[in-house]
Amino acid sequence: MLTVASLAPAALRARLAGDGLRLRTGRFSVRLQADMPSVAAGIGQLYADYPLLQDSDFADFHLHLKRPRSARRWLRPQVRLHCDGYEMFQPMPLQHAFPMFEWGLNWCVSSRAHRYLIVHAAVLERQGRAVILPAPPGSGKSTLTAALCGKGGWRLLSDELTLLELDTGLLVPNPRPISLKNASIDIIRAYVPAAVLSTPVHDTTKGTVAHMRAPGAAVARTADCARPAWIVFPHYSAGAATTLEPLARAATFMELAGNSFNYSVLGAAGFDALGRLIEQAAGFRFRYSALDEALDTFARLDER
Amino acid sequence: MNADLPLLLRVLRAPQHAPVLSPADWDLLLRQAANANLSATLHHWLEQHGVLAQALPQAREQLSWAAVMARRHRQATYWEIRLIGKALAGLGLPLLLLKGGAYAAAGLPPAAGRLFSDIDILVPEDSLPQVEAALMRHGWVGTHHDHYDQRYYREWMHELPPMMHVLRQTAIDVHHTILPRTAAQRPDARLLRAAARPLAGDGAPPGTAILAPLDMVLHSATHLFADGEFDKGLRDLWDLHCLLTHFGAREPGFWDALPARARQHQLQRFMFYGLRYSALLLGTPVPPATLAAMAPDAPPPALLAVMDALFTRALLPHHPSCRGAGSALADFLLYVRGNWLRMPPLRLARHLFHKAFLTPKNSQGAAA
Repeated sequence: MLTVASLAPAALRARLAGDGLRLRTGRFSVRLQADMPSVAAGIGQLYADYPLLQDSDFADFHLHLKRPRSARRWLRPQVRLHCDGYEMFQPMPLQHAFPMFEWGLNWCVSSRAHRYLIVHAAVLERQGRAVILPAPPGSGKSTLTAALCGKGGWRLLSDELTLLELDTGLLVPNPRPISLKNASIDIIRAYVPAAVLSTPVHDTTKGTVAHMRAPGAAVARTADCARPAWIVFPHYSAGAATTLEPLARAATFMELAGNSFNYSVLGAAGFDALGRLIEQAAGFRFRYSALDEALDTFARLDER
Repeated sequence: MNADLPLLLRVLRAPQHAPVLSPADWDLLLRQAANANLSATLHHWLEQHGVLAQALPQAREQLSWAAVMARRHRQATYWEIRLIGKALAGLGLPLLLLKGGAYAAAGLPPAAGRLFSDIDILVPEDSLPQVEAALMRHGWVGTHHDHYDQRYYREWMHELPPMMHVLRQTAIDVHHTILPRTAAQRPDARLLRAAARPLAGDGAPPGTAILAPLDMVLHSATHLFADGEFDKGLRDLWDLHCLLTHFGAREPGFWDALPARARQHQLQRFMFYGLRYSALLLGTPVPPATLAAMAPDAPPPALLAVMDALFTRALLPHHPSCRGAGSALADFLLYVRGNWLRMPPLRLARHLFHKAFLTPKNSQGAAA
């Protein structure tokens, strides 16, 4: 199977600038058109291991990053993201083009793929059992996820979108780059020296953002679904002692529903799926400040 | 003609040919359908014709996503209709549903996969104050607070300013007739209400009614062809096609009575266009006798040639793959025409002047 790495940098740029690069991430296929060097660099660096599709293949999502031809392109150039003609975001500064693609692709999945209950959560697997990490921004979810899959022996299924397949109750991998923000970028550089990070982009709505390449083993195993075992709500708090406290089922249910993108769209099917999920997986609140201790706690989740 | 039609229209006309499409064709078909707001309709249409199982798996997957969304819309619609019915229960009026709400409540063919965001109802003009007050008591509030917009709706339009429920954010349009008061044609709202049919079947929300088949078809055609914006025009044309096909096959005397009923409501020109473009683009089986009976309602040949050029462009999906030379011009000219039909020239000039220069920017009424 061909991967994006099979394209020389010039060929990759040409495809992106021309009819578009088609690649597969997990169960979704994407066509991306973009003539910005920063996007070609980001794709080449972070998506090298992903299956490459042909121009004649079907794509679920058609994304096009465009530079508007307005007068301000000379002063403060912008970038717009079109999803087959539809714009889901306001224009952003040109240097935010690559993160904009990442956010746009997340938007496509979370607003459309309704065969899954989609939760705003990271999800990782070890020895066939998966842990779901739902959390609002700022709770340290992505930092913890990067540490768990970069150093803790966990397989990354997703950093951002947990996909619970309604028919099977299984968690479907959709490994994509991990979005690290602000101080997390240097923390992960130091903690996971082997990690490949994209060039940091400053002054986005989320501050400074860099994406960490998903481990190759995770990308290679996108066909292997995982059974949910734990639901851990992480909360980073500077100087806090590491604590893992059980969370009642009803509270786990409500918090998951609150973090879901399409719980209300799915109606009864969403309610049933969440109900089955909390019957299989135990809920916890997790406070931490030290990654070593966090990894140690996660290594012993089996005992809980 | 057929071979030149966009892929979406060819598949809607002949779904049995869908299984032979290539992956690239499926890719294009789904993009055209999404653009036209017809994804869930396409899912249902392929399923109904027994060809969904043979669709490209990735396409079938994506269509199933749209079907989930449509199921949610249908559920929300039933719920909303019930709540509106409760709010208006004391007024002694039937809850006369129009358009999407009516199709959903009555289980009519256009409802399958149709997505829409607001409910439209028709009430007697002299009961508007009571209806508005009852809705306000139950949590709906007016949306257009600008004095000019209030006057625009209440004096000139066929509906109250749209109302929205404060908690559910759902919208309701309360109509007293089906064309603006300022339009040249004056459909008879009393006839519409008198011929309305109560919904009695299982699952129909209690106390609801829908327009009689002829009137429902006339309203569908009028809504589409008296308007000035066609970016979702194909969806509305599909509604009309489904209604014509459904009632044409089931209602005795439907095709014979349609021309006379159209003239009774002064809507014959809109109905003429409806039959013409539904047959031309979607292959609606309109009997030759009905076409002949409507022929006197056609515009003069030169104007008809212009209208053909405009509507056969504007009614296609507004996806880049369906846009050609003249598409943007057609949209613009039809937009001008829509405003022209809405009110007499002097009043229109004053309205557009007000909207351009006097209405505060970003106000809710900017689109009115």
